[in-house]
Amino acid sequence: MSPLQETIYRFSQNKVSLIGLAVVLLLIFIIIFGEFISPFENGVKQNIRMRLQGPSAEHWFGTDAYGRDIFTRVLHGTKYTMMIAFPATFIAEVIGIILGACAAFYSRWFDNILMRVLDVFQAIPGQLLALAVVAALGGSLFNLVIAMLIARIPASVRTARSIMLSLVGQEYIDAARSYGSRDYHLIFRHVIPNSLGAMIVSMTINLSAITLQVSSMSYIGLGVSPPTPEWGALLSEAREFIITAPHLIIFPGIAILLTALSFNLVGDGLRDALDPRLRD
Amino acid sequence: MDTLNNTLLKVENLHVVYKARRETVYAVNGVSFCLKKGETLGLVGETGAGKTTTAYAIMRVLPDRTARIVNGIIEFEGYNLLDVPENLMRHGIRGEKIAIIFQDPMSALNPIMKVGDQIAEALKFHNKEDLSPERIEEQVDRTLELVGIQKERKYDFPHQLSGGMKQRVVIAIALVCEPVLIIADEPTTALDVTIQAQVLAMIDELREKLGTAMILITHDLGIVAQMCDNVAIMYAGEIIEIGSVEDIYSGKMQHPYTAGLFGSLPDLEKKTDRLHPIEGLMPDPTDLPKGCKFNPRCPRCMDICRNVQPEFTVEGTHKVACHLYGSGKGRGIDE
Repeated sequence: MSPLQETIYRFSQNKVSLIGLAVVLLLIFIIIFGEFISPFENGVKQNIRMRLQGPSAEHWFGTDAYGRDIFTRVLHGTKYTMMIAFPATFIAEVIGIILGACAAFYSRWFDNILMRVLDVFQAIPGQLLALAVVAALGGSLFNLVIAMLIARIPASVRTARSIMLSLVGQEYIDAARSYGSRDYHLIFRHVIPNSLGAMIVSMTINLSAITLQVSSMSYIGLGVSPPTPEWGALLSEAREFIITAPHLIIFPGIAILLTALSFNLVGDGLRDALDPRLRD
Repeated sequence: MDTLNNTLLKVENLHVVYKARRETVYAVNGVSFCLKKGETLGLVGETGAGKTTTAYAIMRVLPDRTARIVNGIIEFEGYNLLDVPENLMRHGIRGEKIAIIFQDPMSALNPIMKVGDQIAEALKFHNKEDLSPERIEEQVDRTLELVGIQKERKYDFPHQLSGGMKQRVVIAIALVCEPVLIIADEPTTALDVTIQAQVLAMIDELREKLGTAMILITHDLGIVAQMCDNVAIMYAGEIIEIGSVEDIYSGKMQHPYTAGLFGSLPDLEKKTDRLHPIEGLMPDPTDLPKGCKFNPRCPRCMDICRNVQPEFTVEGTHKVACHLYGSGKGRGIDE
């Protein structure tokens, strides 16, 4: 079996992770085919007579204060939330891995400079930093990604650095150097691959955290602007009706929860499948 | 004692310190020795005597965050390795000419790389003849068989091999580029006794077959007697006695520390109730004692030992740094 087949096989042995993967695939399916399931039009068309109705055969998740179909809005919200969370997580993690590895490796000077710069960023709460960026640049999707990156990169660099630091001290790194490895080779072939297990877990945690953070930004009105049906924005709109029409908050909430949970499950499964030491 | 072109490695007055925030650890303090082609030198001493630091200094793979080579010359094939630029060191020396066999095979192999790939890696870095991937694989197979592992096992990950086999793989990595000098850093400490003998016999056989010189770092005097031509005894970062195996085991002079090392070995022929360990501990390397570094533990310590650092007393190939011997410096053996 090739390494790839082996990883896939071992991942498939983990039932819980498969469920997580199913949900992730479902989300991707929704992002691509959402328009065919329920046209975006249904989610922005206002109908005052149908306002604040509970779930029914016609409106599966009920309707909001303007009579818009919640199901459609949650469905299309997937796209907006993921368009921010995916790139932000991925870029934050890649930057984290590279800077973290260099910091751990060139510990004499680069590490010191980098850590002090990150200290400056981390002195300000991440949420506040993200808010400031959005307030300065405006609330477009692209700016939200930038805001999330600035808020998240310091933590992911630090996580990566601490993991890599424990790896750089390993004897096999000395051994590889002693038979003539170059620095980049040590970093990219020995340090980073060995850190991937832990980094994937950190990535899934980051992905759920960013999903939640995007939602909370929208919730306080600094995320994407209405009527874009981002999940956090949906929650924000629902807060006036939290007692009279709880379905407004329940369905987007479940969507956020399921997404965060399934990414965590997939991450756990991936870590186990990638680690040859956990092989039987 | 040595003709110039026969000398492979000459270490002279090597000083290495580790600098932590507040303190300086004096790990190696003026070590000098010589190694001829094809010869085996045993570097013996307790944990923390500076043996491994000396070895890493020769390869220049000391942790650059803390360690500094303050002084010394490491002359290898006529070049001072301390002046060689880093990229030449990487291409021409590490793995190519000098290879290390690491102490702990459990941690000296990358856990997520197949062992075959790890052996091939060393070869690829020094691929002067532009070997094709197939030839590299062949070479890996051959090296694995040389160290007594079936070539099919190259697809295994380190955790699928036993400790002894892992150590064989580590040895294979060291041998694959056919270096002229192998530094074996306690190659058998992590193995159990039966495997120890096997691995040592194998190292010795391969070394003889390939004509490689070796520095064998160990604290086991039994291994030294079996494998080495010359022995250097290290204590607190200094060589306190150096000579041929015969000099050390049955020479006229003997450093009290060496005597202590022998005293702490069980002897099959003599009947004793207990072993005689050396009292006390190695001195704190951040705060070494004045004079002879061994004086606080020495059973034959004299006044002069506490103040004056002893010089080598030379008798043929045998050198001892102790005030008990030598001309005029010490006050004689009887005092």
